[in-house]
Amino acid sequence: MSKHASYWKANLRLVFGCLVVWFLASFVFGILLAEQLNSIRLGGYKLGFWFSQQGSIYTFVALTFFYAWRANKLDHEFGVREE
Amino acid sequence: MDLQTLTYIVVGATFALYIGIAIWARAKSTSDFYVAGKGIPPVLNGMATAADWMSAASFISMAGLIAFYGYGGSVFLMGWTGGYVLLAMLLAPYLRKYGKFTVPEFIGDRYYGRSARILAVLCLIIASVTYVIGQMKGIGVAFSRFLETDYDTGLYIGMGIVFIYAVMGGMKGITYTQIAQYCVLIFAYTVPAVFISMHLTGNPIPQLGLGSKMADGSGMFLLDKLDETLKGLGFAEYTTNARLSTFNMFVYTMSLMIGTAGLPHVIMRFFTVPRVRDARASAGWALVFIALLYTVAPAVGAMARMNLMDTIQPAPGQWLEVEQRPQWFKNWEKTGLLKFEDKNGDGRIQYVADKEKNEMVKVDRDIMVLANPEIAKLPNWVVALVVAGGLAAALSTAAGLLLAISSSISHDLLKGVFAPNISEKAELMASRIAMAGAIAAAGYLGLHPPDFAAGTVALAFGLAASSIFPALMMGIFSKTMNKQGAMAGMLVGIGITLFYVFQHKGIFFIADWKYLESWGSNWFMGIEPNAFGAIGAVFNFATAFLVSKVTAPPPEHIQHMVEDIRVPSGAGSATGH
Repeated sequence: MSKHASYWKANLRLVFGCLVVWFLASFVFGILLAEQLNSIRLGGYKLGFWFSQQGSIYTFVALTFFYAWRANKLDHEFGVREE
Repeated sequence: MDLQTLTYIVVGATFALYIGIAIWARAKSTSDFYVAGKGIPPVLNGMATAADWMSAASFISMAGLIAFYGYGGSVFLMGWTGGYVLLAMLLAPYLRKYGKFTVPEFIGDRYYGRSARILAVLCLIIASVTYVIGQMKGIGVAFSRFLETDYDTGLYIGMGIVFIYAVMGGMKGITYTQIAQYCVLIFAYTVPAVFISMHLTGNPIPQLGLGSKMADGSGMFLLDKLDETLKGLGFAEYTTNARLSTFNMFVYTMSLMIGTAGLPHVIMRFFTVPRVRDARASAGWALVFIALLYTVAPAVGAMARMNLMDTIQPAPGQWLEVEQRPQWFKNWEKTGLLKFEDKNGDGRIQYVADKEKNEMVKVDRDIMVLANPEIAKLPNWVVALVVAGGLAAALSTAAGLLLAISSSISHDLLKGVFAPNISEKAELMASRIAMAGAIAAAGYLGLHPPDFAAGTVALAFGLAASSIFPALMMGIFSKTMNKQGAMAGMLVGIGITLFYVFQHKGIFFIADWKYLESWGSNWFMGIEPNAFGAIGAVFNFATAFLVSKVTAPPPEHIQHMVEDIRVPSGAGSATGH
């Protein structure tokens, strides 16, 4: 496999992994399982409600930086970094 | 000093600041500052992107919707932040690598043809004009309160100011002005929230205050108290009240997320960063600055609702006397956006869920953020600051969108397709006319907007989600997606979404032009029209896939182009505007 093709494969794996977390933090914990999670409390917050109005957003921020960091590392590893 | 004078001063001072920075920046070095982001660190570029992004929908409207929908309002919070994750991972780095200036340009090149480019322009115009209607609603609300007139007059004045602002270049492209706008906006949003959170819970950090106990000595958590108060009056429980259904919320959130990644004015920012890795970092920083407002918004919403309920019902069973109603209440009555009716003639205002007995007959959701500091009895300078912040948010985004609309007409349609030999002067003229036309159309439709500001903007996101996002994504992630497939997908996606939206809201959002009303509302799996973009996108992807299977694959050089944009190395320098 060419260098570029294997770089792309590694990148797709990274994106897929990040999108799983993205989906869990918002759609699963904030919507689909919100009712069940609401029986757990985080201070005055019900947990499902917290994920939908706070937790998901914090996760998104962390995730975007994680992705940027990993993707830059991939650029290095595969020698496709810009000058 | 009375509120109106103070508001003039604060609004005037912030505008002077923006103009001052624009002149200073221009005098220093012309060319550098037009390449937005060039030589500017990703942190500041992210801040400017955040100012660009957060509009009247985020600032003026969203917390008000959360105040009344409670948990159901979460769709806006997750949708308008989660979209950045998609943008950062699925689009921004690759579009930056490609290195052209507009979204239709990319679509035209990737799908090898003018027809694809024209179709992309049309989709963008439809989505952007809808977006501007939402801004107009927000601007109308802000001006009507600030000038103490009715909503329609406020809207007309707002239209005039938007036009002047946009023709002046909207002060866009000058990153430092946008950084100043962000600072004004976030300061104006956070200050009242800190005061109110401190007052209600003793915790100055709104994100924590929302999860804290009330400071009134009851020992109850704020959210529990709110749930209890609302349930007692027959309203839905704040923290669990889903928007129509779980499925509808899922689809709504998805629609906003992929719409975020399909709107031109945000994507454009990533065309202009110096390197591919800056595109990744800028998306992250933009999200940090957006999250600062978006994590405060739920606290603003819940606390505003709490204070509103407490004002109208100061003690259990003790309703507000008509004669005793506070000044802010009377001021908002003048705008026509707040109305009560003493139905039972007891000289008091009852606010309950039962429509027959409810006397708060109109509470426009879009007034909540602006009214919030007054309801909480904060000093006048805070109130004035919020008006200035709301106007900064609405005007900067409206101007940005209008520039995107007018440049796609003059640059993509006229110069790119229909009249390649057009002179620069004529091109500029055409863009001014397009801008005036778009303001007039959006302003007219803003007199009877299809929804509250954030709801209207959600419709715009749905339209972008169903047309542009799939075309861009397939253009990067599939080498075999061809012109026929992508175009059929865009047509079906936006067509089906427009059909559903117009059936509910009327053709071009003119309420008299509804059709098929016998089909009822939300008939497709209980999904509301604002959320339908995600369904449109599914149809778009499916159609594109099927059509591309039975038509000729894209030419060799296009496949090479796709391989090339996937790898950062060899990116050219940033495009200037």
